[in-house]
Amino acid sequence: MPAPAQTRIIFQHIDEPGYTNDLACYVRHGGYEVLKKAVTRKPEELIDEVKKSGLRGRGGAGFPCGVKWGLVDRKSGKPIYLIVNADESEPGTFKDRYIIHQDPHQLIEGTMISCFANNVKQAYIYIRGEFPHGARILEKAIAEARAANLVGPNILGTTYSCEIYVHRGAGAYICGEETGLIESLEGKRANPRIKPPYFPAVLGLYQCPTIVNNVETLCHVKYIAQHGGEAFSKIGTPGNTGTRVFCVSGHVQRPGYYEFPAGTITLGQLLNEVCGGPLPGRKLKAVIPGGSSAKILRFGERFKGKRKVGAEMVDYDWGVEDVPMDFDSLGMIGTMGGSGGVIVMDDSVNMVEALANINAFYSHESCGQCTPCREGSLWMKKITTRMVHGEARPEDAALLKSVADQIPGRTICAFGEACSWPTQSFIAKFGDEFRQYPEAKKAAKPAGAAALI
Amino acid sequence: MNLKPETHSRIDEVITHYPERRSATLPLLHLIQEDLGHIPEEAIPWVATKLGLQPINVYEVITFYPMFRRKPIGRRHIKVCRTLSCALLGGYKTCAAFEQEFNTHLGEVSPDGEVTVEFVECLASCGTAPVVLIDDDLHEKVDVAKAKQLSDQIKAEAAQRR
Repeated sequence: MPAPAQTRIIFQHIDEPGYTNDLACYVRHGGYEVLKKAVTRKPEELIDEVKKSGLRGRGGAGFPCGVKWGLVDRKSGKPIYLIVNADESEPGTFKDRYIIHQDPHQLIEGTMISCFANNVKQAYIYIRGEFPHGARILEKAIAEARAANLVGPNILGTTYSCEIYVHRGAGAYICGEETGLIESLEGKRANPRIKPPYFPAVLGLYQCPTIVNNVETLCHVKYIAQHGGEAFSKIGTPGNTGTRVFCVSGHVQRPGYYEFPAGTITLGQLLNEVCGGPLPGRKLKAVIPGGSSAKILRFGERFKGKRKVGAEMVDYDWGVEDVPMDFDSLGMIGTMGGSGGVIVMDDSVNMVEALANINAFYSHESCGQCTPCREGSLWMKKITTRMVHGEARPEDAALLKSVADQIPGRTICAFGEACSWPTQSFIAKFGDEFRQYPEAKKAAKPAGAAALI
Repeated sequence: MNLKPETHSRIDEVITHYPERRSATLPLLHLIQEDLGHIPEEAIPWVATKLGLQPINVYEVITFYPMFRRKPIGRRHIKVCRTLSCALLGGYKTCAAFEQEFNTHLGEVSPDGEVTVEFVECLASCGTAPVVLIDDDLHEKVDVAKAKQLSDQIKAEAAQRR
């Protein structure tokens, strides 16, 4: 079956010749018309549209956006804050970068609509420190929008006021975790908070109710406000509505970003047709489908079970290539759709070395607050690095697994899971390669194999 | 603190963005580092006083976030992405090429004072790997040849200044 055509909603203008990131260009393309209409509606109506849309968060967890908004404590009398999570830092993910740099007003319009719907008077865009130009572009765009009465006091002649400020991070991955982000925005180390009681919807920024949404999610909100929740819910598949931006990197002919109706494209179509398949003379070996913490898939493995299609339960028997790229299908086969970052590895890659690379990342980025994560991520890095650069032992696979198994469920935030899933899944899928590594490393590396650690 | 007048005014402005002054810790540190190239020791009590904090509150932030540095670096800052997607396409070779071009080691100031080469974690441009951030500018698909070309450019600019 041929791959479906791309449906570019969020990336409609990305890389379009002549499209610039200033207000005039955005307005020429119909920009801010949706906000103008939105402020004439009741905020509750907009929230209902988002609930109807089935929109799931695009930052990684896939939590329904309408439900998140529904949890906000509106009775406390405290101000409600909205934070745009533009910390995009999950390895393999690079979609928000293009929205911020090339179409910042789309994000600002989506943000203002979301703020209006939730009666937010102050929003912050938390952007990762490594996007210095992105931060300046957003600041300039906000200034333009403010001058045009689209952001700031009494927008568009209404009594509604809302300010947006850009806040830069400083190179810490953990700031993508929403409670770590809030700590960071409060001027502290980004040590995530424990839930309960610190659910952002109740006790978030400055202990006030807070909504934290991903950049792409807020852009979808703009589309939903424009076309209605029902229309949005008809794109994609039930439970996985709207479009998804996939970021493909690693060993394929055409890496890049591709937007499809959610759940309509399989992993095989995405990699082989859309991205042109493996590099010449190579075979695909493994793929991480949703950012580096998602569990790895091995080409050649099969997944069997029952799944719900409409009201019926049907059998499925999938190879890696057959898996539909949606939250639920990827969840069913033991991995996740996460942030949409698809990292592809071909047969030149040794999996011990690939894991060593990932472990070095998580060890560097653990905030250090919880012992199992701080120590576990460090030891997983030390073991895999030693295997590559020092002595490798056949029993290292079991040792790695025992370290990884002691982390998840024992930490304040999901980083514990994120750092242990790669090790757990690499050993589960490529255990033989780990046990045979002491022998394998004596042999010559395949031509073109890159150093990974 | 010997900061440019413009930095002082930006500091005063940014503090107004937040209902609690402590939130301005990261922005202030960024502004100081942009002005001075690094965050000197005296900045710690200075920021603390400015925001009504204890020096430890500022110190613990500086030591937590990888982008804040307490020592001067070379004139140009070359950050090579180390993470998986870039490594798969030769990021380690790219990094070694920069080290060789400037006769330096990771994290050190090169002998001519021109650059500091560093490995950093994911820069979120995995589709154009390997990527390198030189000061504020992202360079994409930087293989060894392009690393040499970028190095030559930096060297030429340095020679012009002399």
